[in-house]
Amino acid sequence: MSTANTPKIRMRGVKKAFGPKRVLDGVDLDVAAGQGMVILGGSGSGKSVTIKCILGLIEPDEGVIEIDGVDVLKLPRRERESLGDRIGMLFQNGALFDSLPVWENVCFKLLAQNRITRAQARDKAVEVLAQVGLAETVGDLSPSELSGGMQKRVALARAIAAQPDIIFFDEPTTGLDPIMGAVIDGLIVDCVRRLGATAVSITHDMASARRIGETAAMIHKGRIVWTGPAGNLGHSGNAMVDQFANGEREGPIQMELRR
Amino acid sequence: MAAILLDPLAAIGRATLGACRTVGDVALFALEAVSHLVRPPFYGRLFWHAFIEVAWFSLPVVALTAVFTGMVLALQSYTGFARFNAQSAIASVVVISLVRELGPVLAALMVAGRIGASFAAEIGTMRVTDQIDALTTLSTNPMKYLVAPRLLAATIALPLLVLVADVLGVMGGWLIGTLKLGFVSAAYLKSTFDFLQTGDVISGLVKAAVFGFIIALMGTWCGYRSKGGAQGVGGATTSAVVASSILILALDYVLTEIFFAQ
Ligand SMILES: Nc1ncnc2c1ncn2[C@@H]1O[C@H](COP(=O)(O)OP(=O)(O)O)[C@@H](O)[C@H]1O
Ligand SMILES: [Mg+2]
Repeated sequence: MSTANTPKIRMRGVKKAFGPKRVLDGVDLDVAAGQGMVILGGSGSGKSVTIKCILGLIEPDEGVIEIDGVDVLKLPRRERESLGDRIGMLFQNGALFDSLPVWENVCFKLLAQNRITRAQARDKAVEVLAQVGLAETVGDLSPSELSGGMQKRVALARAIAAQPDIIFFDEPTTGLDPIMGAVIDGLIVDCVRRLGATAVSITHDMASARRIGETAAMIHKGRIVWTGPAGNLGHSGNAMVDQFANGEREGPIQMELRR
Repeated sequence: MAAILLDPLAAIGRATLGACRTVGDVALFALEAVSHLVRPPFYGRLFWHAFIEVAWFSLPVVALTAVFTGMVLALQSYTGFARFNAQSAIASVVVISLVRELGPVLAALMVAGRIGASFAAEIGTMRVTDQIDALTTLSTNPMKYLVAPRLLAATIALPLLVLVADVLGVMGGWLIGTLKLGFVSAAYLKSTFDFLQTGDVISGLVKAAVFGFIIALMGTWCGYRSKGGAQGVGGATTSAVVASSILILALDYVLTEIFFAQ
C-alpha cells in the first residue's frame, strides 16, 4: 500500500462549506515524507480549516485525504482516532489547557496514552521543556502566567512530547516579535529534524516560511493555486504568490476589504 | 397573496424543524456522554473535582435557601391554617412540601444558576480557544474528558444536596414553629415524622438526580456547541441557565404526575 513514493499526506478535491460559505473548494495537496511544507494564504482563506480536515477535527463535505496511503475518511472511528496518536499539532493561539500546570500540558498526550506515570511525567516535562529552551521552574506555572512567546514554546513542547511523525504548526510566529519569531522557527526546525518528522506549517510571515519550509503551497479562494520550493517565494513567476510574498497592494489578489 | 399566507407558515415550519434538530442534538449528545461513563478510561480525578464543585461549593446557597423556605412555609401555613383551626397540620405540610417539591426544585434552581453557568463558561471558553480540538489531537476524547465526569458528578451530587436541604428546611420550620408559633418541640417533630413516607423522600431524591443530570447536560451542551468568541460564551452561559431552569420546572411537573398520579 505505502511505498517509498507514497506521499505522507495526500489530499484530493477536498471541499468544505460552512452553511452557504464555501471555504475549501477542491484542495489538492501532496506532502512528501520528511518534508517541511509551508502553506501560505490570506487571512480567512481556509488554511486552518485545511489542516483541521487532515486532523479529523472537521469533516470535509467531499474529497479524499490519505495519510501513508490510507484513506482516513473511510476508516472506522476507532482506527481514525488511533491515527491521531502519531500526529502533533500546535494551535494558532496555543490552546494550552489553563486548568492544568505547564508540566501536565506538556505530557498530556503521554499520560492520556498511559505511556508514562504521573511521577515520570514531571521529569519528562523538564526534559521536553529544555528542548524548547525553557527552565525547569516553568513546569509548575500555569499557562496564564506565561508571556506569549513562552506559551508558544510550551505549546511546541506539548506538540512534540509524544514524538509524532507528522506535526502541524498553525501560525507559530504570529503575534510574536521578530526575534522571538526567529527563535521559535529555529526550535521548530530543530525539533522536526530531531524527530525526523513531516512538518506542515501555516504562516503568512515570509521570513518564517523560508526558514521552516522546503516546499511552499499557496491557498487562495479555497484552492491550492501554486506549489514550489520555499526559496522561490517572491520570485516564483506566479503573479499571485509573488504579490503575496512581497506584500504588494496591486496584483491579481484583490483583498476583500468590504463585505 | 399566497406569500402573505405562506410566509408565517414557513417561519413556523422552520422554527419547528430547528427545535427538533436541537432536541435531537441534545439527546445524541447525552447518549454519547453516558456511553462514555461505562467505557474506560475513566477520569476519577475530574469526576471528583466536578463533584466537589457541585456538592460542596453549592452547600451554602442551598442550605440558606432551604432554611428560609422552611421558615416561610411554617409561617405562611400558620396564617392560612389558623383560619380553619388546622394549625396542627403545619409540621406535616412543611415537611411534605419540602421533601416532595420545594427541596428538589429550589435546590436545583440554585445549582442551575451556579453550576450550569460555570460548566457552560468553562467548556465554552475551551471551545472557542481550540482547547477542545487540542484534546482530540492529544489522544483524549473531549466528551469523555469534559462532559461525562460532570454529568455523573451533578447527578450524584444533587440528591445529596437535596437530602441536606430537606433536613435544614424542616429545621427552619421547626425553629419558627417552636420559637414563634408556640409548638412544643417534641410534638412538632412527631407530627413531622408521622406523616412523612419513604416514598415522599425517594420521589424527591429521584427528582433531584434528574435535575442534576439536566443541569450538567445543558451546561456542558451549551458550552460544547458555543462559537464566536467571548460573546458566544456569554450567550452559552445564559442559555444554559435559562434552559435548565425551564426544564427543571417542566420536568418537575412531569415527574410529579408520574409519581403521584393514581
Ligand atoms: N467551525 C467553523 N464554522 C463556521 N465557519 C468557519 C469555521 N471554521 C472556519 N470557518 C470560516 O472559514 C474561513 C476560513 O477559516 P480559517 O481556515 O480559520 O482561515 P485561516 O486561513 O485564516 O486560517 C473563515 O471565513 C472562517 O470564518
Ligand atoms: Mg488560521
